[in-house]
Amino acid sequence: MNRIISKKQLSDDVFMMRIEALLISTERRPGQFVILQLDGNYGERIPLTIADADPKQGAITIVFQAVGATTQKLAALTEGDSIENLVGPLGRPTHIEKFGTVVCIGGGIGVAPLHPIAQAMKQAGNHTIVIIGARTKALLILEEEMRKIADELIVCTDDGSYGRKGLVTLPLKEICERESKPNLAVAIGPPIMMKFCAETTRPFKVPTVVSLNTIMVDGTGMCGGCRVTVGGKTKFVCVDGPEFDGHLVDFDNMMKRLKAYRTQEDKAREECKLEQEIALRKHSTFNVQR
Amino acid sequence: MRQTPDVNNHTTKEELTALARAKLEEIAGLPQPLKPKYRLQIPAQEMPAQYPAERKNNVREVALGYSPEQARLEALRCLQCKNAPCIEGCPVRIDIPAFIKSIAQNDFQQASDIIKRNSLLPAVCGRVCPQETQCQAPCTVGKSLKDVGKAVSIGRLERFVADWEREQGNVETPQVKENTGKKVAVIGSGPASITVAADVRREGHTVVMFEAFHKPGGVLVYGIPEFRLPKKIVQLEIDTLKAMGVELKTNFVIGRTRRLKDLLEKDGFDAVFVGTGAGLPKFMNIEGENLVGVFSANEYLTRANLMKAYDRENAQTPIFISRKVAVLGGGNVAMDAARMALRLGAREVHLVYRRTEVEMPARVEEVAHAKEEGVIFHILQNAKRILGDEQGLVTGMECLKYRLGEPDQSGRRRPVEIPGSEFVMELDTVIVAIGNDSNPLIKQTTEGLETTKWGNIIVDENGKTSLDRVYAGGDIVLGAATVILAMGEGRRAAAAINKLLSEQ
Repeated sequence: MNRIISKKQLSDDVFMMRIEALLISTERRPGQFVILQLDGNYGERIPLTIADADPKQGAITIVFQAVGATTQKLAALTEGDSIENLVGPLGRPTHIEKFGTVVCIGGGIGVAPLHPIAQAMKQAGNHTIVIIGARTKALLILEEEMRKIADELIVCTDDGSYGRKGLVTLPLKEICERESKPNLAVAIGPPIMMKFCAETTRPFKVPTVVSLNTIMVDGTGMCGGCRVTVGGKTKFVCVDGPEFDGHLVDFDNMMKRLKAYRTQEDKAREECKLEQEIALRKHSTFNVQR
Repeated sequence: MRQTPDVNNHTTKEELTALARAKLEEIAGLPQPLKPKYRLQIPAQEMPAQYPAERKNNVREVALGYSPEQARLEALRCLQCKNAPCIEGCPVRIDIPAFIKSIAQNDFQQASDIIKRNSLLPAVCGRVCPQETQCQAPCTVGKSLKDVGKAVSIGRLERFVADWEREQGNVETPQVKENTGKKVAVIGSGPASITVAADVRREGHTVVMFEAFHKPGGVLVYGIPEFRLPKKIVQLEIDTLKAMGVELKTNFVIGRTRRLKDLLEKDGFDAVFVGTGAGLPKFMNIEGENLVGVFSANEYLTRANLMKAYDRENAQTPIFISRKVAVLGGGNVAMDAARMALRLGAREVHLVYRRTEVEMPARVEEVAHAKEEGVIFHILQNAKRILGDEQGLVTGMECLKYRLGEPDQSGRRRPVEIPGSEFVMELDTVIVAIGNDSNPLIKQTTEGLETTKWGNIIVDENGKTSLDRVYAGGDIVLGAATVILAMGEGRRAAAAINKLLSEQ
C-alpha cells in the first residue's frame, strides 16, 4: 500500500520520494498530480505534482518542500514506510505536440513537475530551452536531469551563488527577443514567479502555460476550493487544470486565496516542529542515559 | 407546517415517553380495535431532541428518536386506509400501513422485515427523506386534521424500527447466491451505489466498488453532517456490503486512475454502474465570489464532516474561523451548512433565501431545528455582490430584496427583484448552497456516453446509458435529488444488470 521505495534529500527542506503506486504510474501523463493523506482519520489531503513515473517498477516520484504540517510529517517518513492514502493521477495532462521551440521555466521545487513536461516536449521534437532558478545554489534541484534533455540550459540563482545572478525572467526576456521567438513557454514555480513569467512573455505574444497548485480537498471537482479566475471566468484547478493560459490567470486573487488558512497553518507548523523537537529531545536524553 | 416547539418549553425524551406511556395505558382500557375517531384524537408524537442551546455546541445527533412507547402510540394514529395513499407517495413503495400495524402490535422485527422488502437503507431514509412531501403528504390523518404536519410520522417510525433492529444486534447479512463468475463495477459509494452493490451481489455476482475519497459513503459521509446522520449508521451499511463480499477500492477515481471503458475492455468487468453523484458546486457568478471566505457548501461541509474539522484537537484540515456567516440557499444542504457554522463557533449565522419559507426545499424539521438553534432567516433576499478588503477577505455582502411573482416552471412563485432595494450585510464568511451541477469527469473521459446539456447521464427506463453494459443512477442522472430517489434508481438499474447477466 503506497510504500516508500526510496527517499532522497535534495536540499535543506526539499525531498524526493519514490512511492509504490502501480496504477498511477501507468496512467499518469506529464502535468498531472496526486493527492495524499497521511492519516485517514484526521489528516489533511494535499495535492502534489507527479515529478516522474516508472511503470516498470510501478512507482511514482514526488518532490516536495517540507513547509507545512503535513509535508513536515511526510519528510519524517522513510524507506519502507507507507502513505495511507494516495489518489491520482488527477488533473488534465499537459498538451504535448511539436510546437517548434519551447522554453520551459522552473522555479524552486517547480523544477520537479517541469522535468517530465520538458522531457515530453523534447521527445515530441521541440527545440527545448530550459531555465531553472532558485533563491540560492543549495536550493537548486534536478540540474543534471534537466541538462540531459535540454537543448539549452540556463541556471539562475537570486543571490548569484551559482549560474547567472538574477531572476528567471531575465533570460526568458532575452529568449523572447531572439530573432525566432519561442512558440510556447511553460512556467512552473511559485505563483509570483509564474505571474512575472507571464508578464514577461505577454508583450511578445508567446503563449504561456502555467501550472497552478491551489488549496484542494477532493481533487475531483466536488469542493470548489481550488477555484481560480481565468479570463474573468471561474475555473476549477482540479478538473479544468492544473494548467492554464498564464496570460489570463488572475494571479493576485489566487495568491490571496492561497493564504486563506495562513494563521491556522502557521500554528499547525509550529506545533508540528515542537512535537518533533520534543521527540528528538526525548530520544537524545534516552541515549545519554544509556 | 409543523409548529416550531417553544425553545423555553423543551420537553425531554423521558417526559415525552412518560406521556406516551400514560396514554397507552388509557387506550388499553378502551374497546379494541380503536375507532378512527379516537385514533385521530391521539396527539401527534413530537420527536425528542437535544436541547437547542446545548446541541448547537456539539455535533451529536439532534433528533434522538422515538422511545418504543412513543412509536407504538404514533403507530396507533394510523387509520390503516384500504387505499393506502402513503404507499403512492413513497418512491420505493414500502408497505407503510403493514409495517405501522406491526409496530402498533409491538412486533418491531416484523415491521423491519416489511420495510426491508423495499428499502435497503431505512435508518438513513428515516432520517433524511423529505417525508412531508412524499409519504406523509397524502396521509388521511393529516388531511382529516387539516394539517400535513399532523400526518402520521412515517419517517420517524421507519427510523425507530431500523434503530431498534440495529440496537438489538439483529441486523443479518443478506444471503448471497453461489458465485456466477460475472463481475460488476460500481462507481461511487453513495446511496445509489450501495443499493446496486447489495442487489447485484445478492445474485452471486462479484462486485467491486470504486470510491474517489479515502472513505466510502459518498454524500452520506462528506455532505450530511453527523448531527443529522451519525456516521456509524453509514459505516454499518458499508460493513454489511463487505460482509456480503463486496470489494471496496477507495482512492480510486474512474476517469483518472482508470477509464470506464478499460473496466469493460481490459479489466474483465461484465457491467458497470455509474453512481458518481452531483458533485460540481454551483456558484452565483456574482462579483466577489472568489474572495477569501467564500465557500461552496460542499467544501465547507466536507472539511467539517469527512475531514472532521469540528474536532479542533485532532483534525489537521483547517476550517475558516468565522464570526458572521451568511448561507445562500434554502435546501437541506443550506440548513446543514448554517447549523454546522454555529457548531464551529460562528456567533451569527444568517440564511439568505430569495423566495419564502413555503418554497424552501429543505425538510420542515431541518428548518425548525435551524431556527431553534438561532439561525437568522432572511427570506425574499438574495446576494448581489460580495464585498472584500485589500487582502481579499470578505467584509460583507450587498443584497437585493425580492417579492413573489407568477409561478415558474417548477410551480413555485418566481422571485422578482425590487429595484433600488440594495442593502449591505456585514460578514466574514459566505457559504454558497444553491445546488450542484453534474461532475464532468466520467463524461470527459468516456467517449460515446450521452448526457443532457447539463451533463446528466441519459438513461432509459432500466437505467441503461447510451453505452452497452453501462448503467447509471442517482444524482448523476437526476441532478441533485434525494437519498430515496437514488436508492429507487439503484434498485431499477440493479434489476436490469442482474437480468442482463442472467441472459448471457
